Amino acid sequence: MSLLDYFRSSKSKTASVAKERLQILVAHERYYRNKPSYLPQLQEELMQVIRKYVEVDQDAISVKFEQDDNQETLELNIVLPDAQHTRNAATEAGNAL
Amino acid sequence: MARIIVVTSGKGGVGKTTTSAAIAMGLAKRGHKTAVIDFDVGLRNLDLIMGCERRVVYDFVNVINGEANLNQALIRDKNCNQLYILPASQTRDKDALTLEGVGRVLEELSKDFKYIVCDSPAGIEKGANLAMYYADDAFVVTNPEVSSVRDSDRMLGILASKSRRAELRMDPIKEFLLLTRYDPSRVESGEMLSLEDVQEILSLHLLGIIPESKSVLNASNAGIPVILDEKSDAGQAYADVVARYLGEKRPHRFVENKKGFLRKLFGGK
Repeated sequence: MSLLDYFRSSKSKTASVAKERLQILVAHERYYRNKPSYLPQLQEELMQVIRKYVEVDQDAISVKFEQDDNQETLELNIVLPDAQHTRNAATEAGNAL
Repeated sequence: MARIIVVTSGKGGVGKTTTSAAIAMGLAKRGHKTAVIDFDVGLRNLDLIMGCERRVVYDFVNVINGEANLNQALIRDKNCNQLYILPASQTRDKDALTLEGVGRVLEELSKDFKYIVCDSPAGIEKGANLAMYYADDAFVVTNPEVSSVRDSDRMLGILASKSRRAELRMDPIKEFLLLTRYDPSRVESGEMLSLEDVQEILSLHLLGIIPESKSVLNASNAGIPVILDEKSDAGQAYADVVARYLGEKRPHRFVENKKGFLRKLFGGK
């Protein structure tokens, strides 16, 4: 860095901003790499089915896909709300039928 | 058996063709019989960079379609008799290249050549996929710039999953980094990603840093691969790349700013 630059520069260094943005983006993209492309849709449809019986939030379902050398695992995690909620929703669903 | 090298990047305009021309010439100059193939069907340009655009008679697609044989299509370089160029076709037919056809041509070349350099088009479509499919080694050309680094990372994912080596569960393609258009003075002043920054994200085996250099445009203007400009920084950097690829140990150059003390002090360009 030159002497003149030293006096001139009060703005932040853009290279470090670039690096930070890249690190976040690349980590995100690597996570979704080599995973089946149907995952988001699967999650969406599962959500619809579950909501027929239980009232759950959008983020209550997580679908994880993992891959070892010899097997692929699809892990489904649903966080159910407290019992009160569930019963009401189930009753409503029952009434609807 | 030939070693097949793909020069790839994802992003366009980062120096793939410049690099393909330079390393193919470098390998040939060292006595290895080398072929360099332009995979950019419809946008042929390697012939211009190599200075043989007026000698193109038949092309890659003609050979695949059986309209010409390899010997008719290969152009012997005027500077080095160990180097041959297989130009791309200017057809607009996207499906002109086929996996099977490319495989056949590479196999035939393998009998006679030591190295085959595949100059990939930009993007991640058919031409780029075919250029990397049969590769043994990949030279990933990256600029110290966000979109280029991101696209290189994307390309690494494709190399690891969509290549012949991946599909047949052989040893993976060996991936090397070529950091091009590097400007140490801008890195020093914090306005350009440094080698360390890029490596923190991509972590590849570094083959070399090619400094931003006027000699690259001068070389392409003249149709002479920049590696033949032995006095230029970029030419020397490519010569180092070829030497390292062939197993020589050479310290990395062009990482540091070489400006004089006074110019450094007063920020002269």
